[in-house]
Amino acid sequence: MFKIRKKKSLAVAIAMVLSVSVLLTGCSSNQPAAPAKEMKTSFNAGAEPKTLDPALSTGVPESHIQTALFEGLTRIGEGEKVMPGIAESWTTSADGTVVTFKLRDAKWSNGDAITAEDFKYSWLRALSPALASEYSYQLYYIKGAEAYNSDKGTADAVGIKVVDPKTLEVTLAAPTPYFVALTAFHTLYPVNKKNVDANEKWSLTAETFIANGPFKMKEWKHNDQVIVVKNENYWDAKNVKLSEITFRLIEDNKAALTAFESGELDATENIPTEDIERLKTAKVLKIDPYIGTYYYRFNVTKKPFDDVKVRKALTMAIDRKLIVEKVTKGGQQPAYAFTPPGMVDVEAGKDFRKVGGDFFKEDVAAAKALLAEAGFPEGKNWPADVTILYNTSSNHKLIAEAIQNMWKTNLGIDVKLRNEEWAVYLESQKTLNYNISRAGWIGDYADAMTFMDMFVTGGGNNQTGWSNAEYDKQIKEIANKSGDQKVRVPAMHAAEKALMTDMPILPIYFYTNPWVIKDKVKGTYRSSLGPIDYKLATVE
Amino acid sequence: MAKFLLKRIASALLVLWIVVSLTFVLMHSIPGGPFSREKAVPPAILKNLEARYHMNDPLSKQYVDYMINVAQFDLGPTFRYEGRTVNDLIKDGLPKTATIGFLATIFALGGGLILGSIAALWHNKTPDAVATFIATIGVSVPSFVMATFLQYYLGYKLGLFPPVGWNNGAFKNLVLPALALGAFPIAQITRLMRTSMLDVLSQDYIRTAKSKGLPGYVIIGRHAMRNALLPVITYLGPFFAYILTGNFVVEFVFGIPGIGQFFVTSITNRDYSTIMGMTVLFCSLLVVFNLLVDIAYTFIDPRIKLTGQKGA
Amino acid sequence: MKMAQDLFEPAISQISAEHINRPSTTMMQDAWRRFKQNKLAMAGLITLGSLILFTFMGPYFIDFNYMDNDLMNQHLKPSWTHPFGTDALGRDTMARLMYGGRVSLAIGFVSVLINLSMGVFYGGISGYFGGRIDNLMMRIIDIIYSVPELLYVILLMVVIGKGGLLNIMIVLGIVNWMGMARIVRGQILALREQEYVLAARTLGANTRRLMLKHLIPNALGPIIITSALAIPSAIFMEAFLSFIGIGIQPPFASWGSLAAEGRLNIPSYPYALFFPAAAIAITMLAFNFVGDGLRDAFDPKMRK
Repeated sequence: MFKIRKKKSLAVAIAMVLSVSVLLTGCSSNQPAAPAKEMKTSFNAGAEPKTLDPALSTGVPESHIQTALFEGLTRIGEGEKVMPGIAESWTTSADGTVVTFKLRDAKWSNGDAITAEDFKYSWLRALSPALASEYSYQLYYIKGAEAYNSDKGTADAVGIKVVDPKTLEVTLAAPTPYFVALTAFHTLYPVNKKNVDANEKWSLTAETFIANGPFKMKEWKHNDQVIVVKNENYWDAKNVKLSEITFRLIEDNKAALTAFESGELDATENIPTEDIERLKTAKVLKIDPYIGTYYYRFNVTKKPFDDVKVRKALTMAIDRKLIVEKVTKGGQQPAYAFTPPGMVDVEAGKDFRKVGGDFFKEDVAAAKALLAEAGFPEGKNWPADVTILYNTSSNHKLIAEAIQNMWKTNLGIDVKLRNEEWAVYLESQKTLNYNISRAGWIGDYADAMTFMDMFVTGGGNNQTGWSNAEYDKQIKEIANKSGDQKVRVPAMHAAEKALMTDMPILPIYFYTNPWVIKDKVKGTYRSSLGPIDYKLATVE
Repeated sequence: MAKFLLKRIASALLVLWIVVSLTFVLMHSIPGGPFSREKAVPPAILKNLEARYHMNDPLSKQYVDYMINVAQFDLGPTFRYEGRTVNDLIKDGLPKTATIGFLATIFALGGGLILGSIAALWHNKTPDAVATFIATIGVSVPSFVMATFLQYYLGYKLGLFPPVGWNNGAFKNLVLPALALGAFPIAQITRLMRTSMLDVLSQDYIRTAKSKGLPGYVIIGRHAMRNALLPVITYLGPFFAYILTGNFVVEFVFGIPGIGQFFVTSITNRDYSTIMGMTVLFCSLLVVFNLLVDIAYTFIDPRIKLTGQKGA
Repeated sequence: MKMAQDLFEPAISQISAEHINRPSTTMMQDAWRRFKQNKLAMAGLITLGSLILFTFMGPYFIDFNYMDNDLMNQHLKPSWTHPFGTDALGRDTMARLMYGGRVSLAIGFVSVLINLSMGVFYGGISGYFGGRIDNLMMRIIDIIYSVPELLYVILLMVVIGKGGLLNIMIVLGIVNWMGMARIVRGQILALREQEYVLAARTLGANTRRLMLKHLIPNALGPIIITSALAIPSAIFMEAFLSFIGIGIQPPFASWGSLAAEGRLNIPSYPYALFFPAAAIAITMLAFNFVGDGLRDAFDPKMRK
């Protein structure tokens, strides 16, 4: 018996060697790209979506795909403009607290009509404590929403009213000028009531996925790809030219770029820093605006950063221009304030950042003087255990190493580096178990408030231990209580001034979104909040 | 045999229980949780989330509940992917991982046995040097470096194989991952095979066979191979363990949607149920493989008996 | 002239027939003699020596240190000033390789030392006492063997946290001692049945003496071989940890972390991966040759 077995295994082995060698010599597998007439394209969305259920999703990969699959009451178009989506028009009451949306005749991908009832159902669903949506706070602007979500109120008390099947009336807790824009955000997308009630796992397979966007789902191979095709039932279908988009789910940015460069992908984002220069030289790199700030937090409850002079000295002693040009390389802008460009000021067309201006200058001599005043002349007596905390990533590491070196050269102080795995890092930050900590913030909507409400006393995202009465007053008492840009915008400017005077944070740069896309794909719109919109795209 | 199997299965279950409990404790002692987010989750929402995943139960209850479910082969819902269970992840990913593992096994075992035998037959001659050289490369480069080199040169530069992606399991997409995964074990097996083949070839019975004028392939095939295989079989246990865990690197670099990636990402995401699920899965697979190796022994070498006692 | 009696000693009149004329050699000397004849193994040893010199003495001969940034000179190609080029922050790759080599080698040696002590201790006890104790202790090893090692390395690294050099050494040491324990136990189990052990026991040697003077020294061969081969696998493991980002912390570097950085550089700056990969490869080869040489040297039966 054994003899046979062994002979077989040898034979198999030899066959294997032969077949491999045949493959090595005979297989050259780069097929030419498919004929361009078909109008298909592909994009690497990144990691496998946590879910494509708009009420539950949280990440950027999801939002790319959802932008293709769904449409809210509004849709963000060229120049961050709020365009009519499922709502064809809307009106806001004089005091800014009641918004009435007029819905157009639009259909779900299965042909059902979309009604105001659908929106009420979807929003209440996102708010229901049982669903436990992480982003339900995006709906807290609606009256009674927070209470209902926290199990302290009822669904009936939430300010969403269906006036008639085509009219939705929303009562807000306080005037919120950016609420209309927020209806283009995924948490506020509608879902099909009948479908969701019938099948709790509706969002997991293409067959049961009913949505209302320019595209509908054709296939979802988990961890591999999501394919969407044109939705003929979409109200604006005549303007949708693409027949199919493949969203690849390659988690490693490096692998995704290799796929792009070997012609398997039409577009990908999150370009590894190491490749940016090469792609720039090859003229394939695109740099889009991105509303976000990369900064360091100081733990103001611990020495030496309880002293504002130390915080200022360190802030002034790094060379941001060098960092963005030589380390991050993706066209980022040095940050001398907290709120990034891209947010409107009082007057439309004016930029919040431009009006607010810079709050400090880099000045090594002045930084040294401040440090000396604080008791560390030429870096003497500097505590040995001051550490920059960052989460594991080669970019954060490079930036931290560069800053460490700048402080050493410019101020004569030594700081250590500590990288922590993501969840540990978040925990350390939350419990103020750090001295200096790397942080980044991407806006949820295009209003300065998405940045300015972070540092209120005890705010969940403050995480510096900093507390300032003036800042709290400007944000909570003035800006958040008014729908008048003339009142709230100056209040936010005042709050930012308070923040940058005390400097519990050290702004480093404003994000950009470097990505690559084949020239043949035209007409995509990249929101400065992240998601890519293929609605009007074409392929040549 | 039956008694042996029963004993081994009983001890495997014990092992599984200990390992799973240990992982449970370790896992809960690491900072952070499945809902750690850069944008802090408001307390009310966190409460809802914890309630939904039964994380507000005391740990002891969570532990007991988990054990009861595992006993029914239910590994629970994953925290990372909404509406999917760890069983789903395994069902989706394991076949892909297994495919690549299988190819790598054929490559490593087949290649290793052939290379090792060649090296021993032409001892101290050119083929020996060539085989040894190939074997040495495999053990001297970390797997992620090997995978990167293969991907960059064979895939990207020369365009022989697609550098990235699963592509519905098309063979051409699997070649590079399988080579990268098999590079380390092929080297190990070649070395083992070479040494043990040399050992066997110096035995008297081989000399007798030679003096009887039997052709080389008969000597090797009929007389030498079987005995020379023993040390290789000993290596198969660690080999399968390597193939299982080594898959992480390969899947990451080549963008393969297998199960290996969850090994690392589940810990990063504090996806408790997936961490536990991976432990259960890999531990069971290891136990099964080790058992198979032990059984394979008795087929190759009848002198070895399965008694339920290991070692010695 | 007076001659002191004690300046002289009597000449030995007859040479015993059993006298061994060659100076007696210990097992170690024997092994070393055989080892020296193995060219590949000697080449490995010399390479290792040179690597240690390179990493420990090298920094005194070059103008750059491993942590000074020079952002104006980043990603330079290899040149006379920077023989291996520079990295993303303009640091000299050669200086970083030297420094990283120290870290990698230290991780290799120390973690193996930990694994060695644990393995010898555990395996020694198990083998020496045999019977029930042995059975139980081996069962425990079986259990640990069926634990997915990688999972535990990662979990432990995250639990201990901070990726300090010492932590990495400890974690790698404590997950890898089982193989050593098994080998030591097997050796001791075989050796304790030998006549000379019986003789020593009869002469009243206690456990401690038996272990330290008779059993362990005679098991030294396999222990050394296993250690020599465990060092490269520890270096590999550290490289893997660096790959998934929980290895050594900056500004420190190891060959593993440099290779992991290099991987990211691959399409744009391929030389950044080449040098650390080469350093690892050379070290692995050297250790493997030395390990093979040791095996042959300690076990003459294996020599062909």
